[in-house]
Amino acid sequence: MAASESYPEDLRYHPEHDWARVDGGEATLGITWFAQDSLGDLVHYEPPAVGASISQGASYGEVESVKAVSDLISPVSGEVLEVNQQVVDEPERVNDDPYGEGWLIRVRLSDPGEVDGLLSAAAYKQLVDELA
Amino acid sequence: MRYIALTDADRDEMLATVGVSSVEELFRDIPDGVRLDRPLDLERPLAELEIVSHLDSLAARNAHAGVELSFLGAGMYDHYVPAVVNTILSRGEFLTAYTPYQPEMSQGVLQAIFEYQTAVCELTGMDVSNASGYDGTTVAADACFVAKHVTGRSRIVVTEATSPQVRQVIKTYAPGFGLEVVEIPHSGGTTDPALVAEAAQDAAAVIFQQPNFFGCLEPAPDLAAAAAEAEALPIAHVDPISLGVLEGPGRYGCALAIGEGQGAGNAMSFGGPHYGFIATKLEHIRRMPGRIVGETTDVDGERGFVLTLSTREQHIRREKATSNITTNQTLLALGGLVYLSWLGPQGLRELGETCMALSSYARRELEAAGFVPVFSDKATFKEFAIRVGRPAVDVVRAARAKGVHPGYRLGRDYEGLDDALLVAVTEKRTTEQIDRLVEVLSEVAR
Amino acid sequence: MKLIYEKSVPGRTAYSLPAHDLPVPDVPESLRRAEPPRLPEIAEPDLVRHFTELTTRNFGVDTGFYPLGSCTMKHNPRVNERMALLPGFRDLHPLQEPEGAQGALELMWRLQEILAEVAGLDAVSLQPAAGSQGELTGLMLISAYFADRGEGDQRRKVVIPDTAHGTNPASVTMAGYELVGVKTDPRGNIDLDDLRTKVDEETAALMLTNPSTLGLFDEGIEEIERIFHGAGALMYYDGANLNAVCGIARPGDMGFDVVHINLHKTFSQPHGGGGPGGGPIAVRDILEPFIPSPQVVRLDDGTFGLDENRPKTIGRVRGFTGPFGVFVRSYAYIRAYGPELRGMSETAVLNANYLLALLRDSYDLPYDRLCMHEFVLSARKLKREHGITALDVAKRLMDYGFHPPTIYFPLVVPEALMIEPTETEAKETLDAFAEAMHAIAREAADDPETVKAAPRTRPVRRLDEVKAVKQLVVKYGSGETSVPAEA
Repeated sequence: MAASESYPEDLRYHPEHDWARVDGGEATLGITWFAQDSLGDLVHYEPPAVGASISQGASYGEVESVKAVSDLISPVSGEVLEVNQQVVDEPERVNDDPYGEGWLIRVRLSDPGEVDGLLSAAAYKQLVDELA
Repeated sequence: MRYIALTDADRDEMLATVGVSSVEELFRDIPDGVRLDRPLDLERPLAELEIVSHLDSLAARNAHAGVELSFLGAGMYDHYVPAVVNTILSRGEFLTAYTPYQPEMSQGVLQAIFEYQTAVCELTGMDVSNASGYDGTTVAADACFVAKHVTGRSRIVVTEATSPQVRQVIKTYAPGFGLEVVEIPHSGGTTDPALVAEAAQDAAAVIFQQPNFFGCLEPAPDLAAAAAEAEALPIAHVDPISLGVLEGPGRYGCALAIGEGQGAGNAMSFGGPHYGFIATKLEHIRRMPGRIVGETTDVDGERGFVLTLSTREQHIRREKATSNITTNQTLLALGGLVYLSWLGPQGLRELGETCMALSSYARRELEAAGFVPVFSDKATFKEFAIRVGRPAVDVVRAARAKGVHPGYRLGRDYEGLDDALLVAVTEKRTTEQIDRLVEVLSEVAR
Repeated sequence: MKLIYEKSVPGRTAYSLPAHDLPVPDVPESLRRAEPPRLPEIAEPDLVRHFTELTTRNFGVDTGFYPLGSCTMKHNPRVNERMALLPGFRDLHPLQEPEGAQGALELMWRLQEILAEVAGLDAVSLQPAAGSQGELTGLMLISAYFADRGEGDQRRKVVIPDTAHGTNPASVTMAGYELVGVKTDPRGNIDLDDLRTKVDEETAALMLTNPSTLGLFDEGIEEIERIFHGAGALMYYDGANLNAVCGIARPGDMGFDVVHINLHKTFSQPHGGGGPGGGPIAVRDILEPFIPSPQVVRLDDGTFGLDENRPKTIGRVRGFTGPFGVFVRSYAYIRAYGPELRGMSETAVLNANYLLALLRDSYDLPYDRLCMHEFVLSARKLKREHGITALDVAKRLMDYGFHPPTIYFPLVVPEALMIEPTETEAKETLDAFAEAMHAIAREAADDPETVKAAPRTRPVRRLDEVKAVKQLVVKYGSGETSVPAEA
């Protein structure tokens, strides 16, 4: 059952529809409600390897629905600490709970200052409204 | 014009609705500089009966299998296509349908493709087949691309005993794919597994043909094992007609099975259109090019069929697609399905045995008449190579003057075989016809 | 409906083979088939019934209106089918000596000459099996051309508009090139300012279809030609939309150096449920040395042959000389029109503009211009106001007896409906289709549940495409299995 539209205040957002939950020197990443709604039911998640380096604005993996493939754009730079294996096994968790059980990777930030350049929930919501 | 319904009255009404005064005005966005300011320089329109008369006269100038006794094979075969095939292929609901992107409109085609995929998997011993490729050569190029992505390696090894056209097409595609192609010479008409083992180090794939281009039976399980030992993907290019008597590649260690489907259900038609098939193990399914049909259910729980794993394909993945293929060869593959259903497992086995029996008879009779087989110690399926003692080009010309085409001139592709012919014998040949071949060759080759 | 495997009964057969009393050689044991393949066991009457039943679950142009954008689903004349089955064509072996295939070779040569005239170019190769293969072949020719001039390493980029069909970028990758995208402006033309920043001495080529997938003729085509040729680059024309401009504007005259033509679109080869097709390419003389080998030629003595002595060829792109059965049909088709191909295109464009005029008030029109042979509408307003998407409109059209148009393409238009009627539709058919589209727009407001539940009158209702991926069953008897995680 898909979630209803929301953009939690405690997260930071990238305009390519990805979010980051920052916790000290680490962050958890995922895709927003808008992204999963546009893609439709997810059927496949292609994650990066643990230990891989990722850069802000660059692709770190892919998600697929029946009708679309989407690069996952990282809001931050860092090193991959953990991949959510449950989403690899059941990609539809992202549709059900994009900010909770649908998290995709956890990273150690290489440049915590990058977070300041991300969008707030309000700013991201405004961007989404303009797209509709 | 007979294919267009538009009358003058229609035109006037439609122009008025559009709000322009002439058809010419509809093209006002086209700059004058690129307009064609004269009629196309083409011959005048023909009435239907004139078209028929003209094409009849062109067709009459071709020495086809109905008027010339022919033993030509070399990748395209005069197997019998039963009448039911064309009955079904000419049904407008199949013939004039598009690719089944709207599954509710296309359950007929989708189910037929699913049945075809099943047949190909059964023949080849594989888990998944696509809905067809262009032909037996381009599926080889596709298979190279799959191998590169699976192994991360960039060298393709292919046997010299694989069809020259297959090797040529692989080499045409290789630069764009970033692949290097290496050939293994044949050893007396078949391929030595030891040479494969050596060449396969650091290769993405080893491609061999079974039966091979000379008609000989390769030691296929050993070739596959030699490739697998080096962690190269073993890929077998197979004759579907042989798969009632020969084992399927999936059962002797191959990662992919490819081939030309023409012999199974399509008329020769001067080289096309036909269908190429490509099948693989389940683990490689995401690398497969082309369409794949899958089974599912609808909102009422009824079984239905849809195109699936579409995210591999060009219309979604665009520049990262597994292939650019869109239009493939569905109708011809459907012909293959009808044909294989007509044969059934018993018919396919009996057909294979018939081809072996007749070609064996031909080989014995030719040998008795003094024509030496090129690879006399090798088992063959439906083709074999013989030496005719003179340049084959002269022998073919002289034989054709007596109403018989004796076979393909191997010297066109292989060194040292200018006096050799590849003789193909299908189930359409009779012993009387084979006796005639022997008689004619005896007259012209001496 | 059952699968043919579910109708199979052991021991039933449909085949017959001549008897013989010859000994059958043994297959060496290591190569011998252990288990027979599980093919259907069925007699001829049930075989015919099975496939006939399948046809009742399928829709073709013969059945009804099929307005898929850029597919050109026009009527397929039956005389062409009869001609392709003439024994002199059907039963001819491709390796027959040229003396024994003069009729076939002459047909191919004549078709080459015709296509060169239609394209406004100098030489034609009939080898490519379909449009996609034509695209790849064309890019390989361009690559060979620049390599021959010593510019191969320098020029690695191909420019493609954001409206391009997915085959274009896929072909770019297969040819080893790098893709550079260019934007479309609000009028539906390539954005020339954006283009000028994207074309330089690293550019090999442009890939463009004109009219575009928006159904619009690019008004800037002359400036586009100056930009690309000015930078020393070449221009590739995707012939998918050629039905709009035959005899009116030729790609060669627009400046294109290589063109592929879809015989299964413009020239009536039936689509066959997904193929076969034909994708011959026409080229400017500068590219002629590189075209695939062998090439059909007319010799000095007036006979026809295959020229394999082509030192600069890119090689062979497929087996034998091409989909000859397709050539027979397209050749017969073109001989029915001759110079009147122009009238064919004019009617295609008139039909499209008429249908556009009927529909423009019920749906959104992203580009307010006269269209060519096709046009793109958007169901965006229906989605915003009633939650009805382009997909819902497409499914509901099925209940009205029409095949839906293309949806969700081109990508630049949200909730796109891409409609190409072709010239072979009568005015009443267009009127009926427009009426159905209006009715669906009304239903979106008054009775959206009916639209969302469509189709109700087809052999199946909406199918679970997610399940088709997650519980992958791609052959009979495989059981349920998940898609393996990729290695």
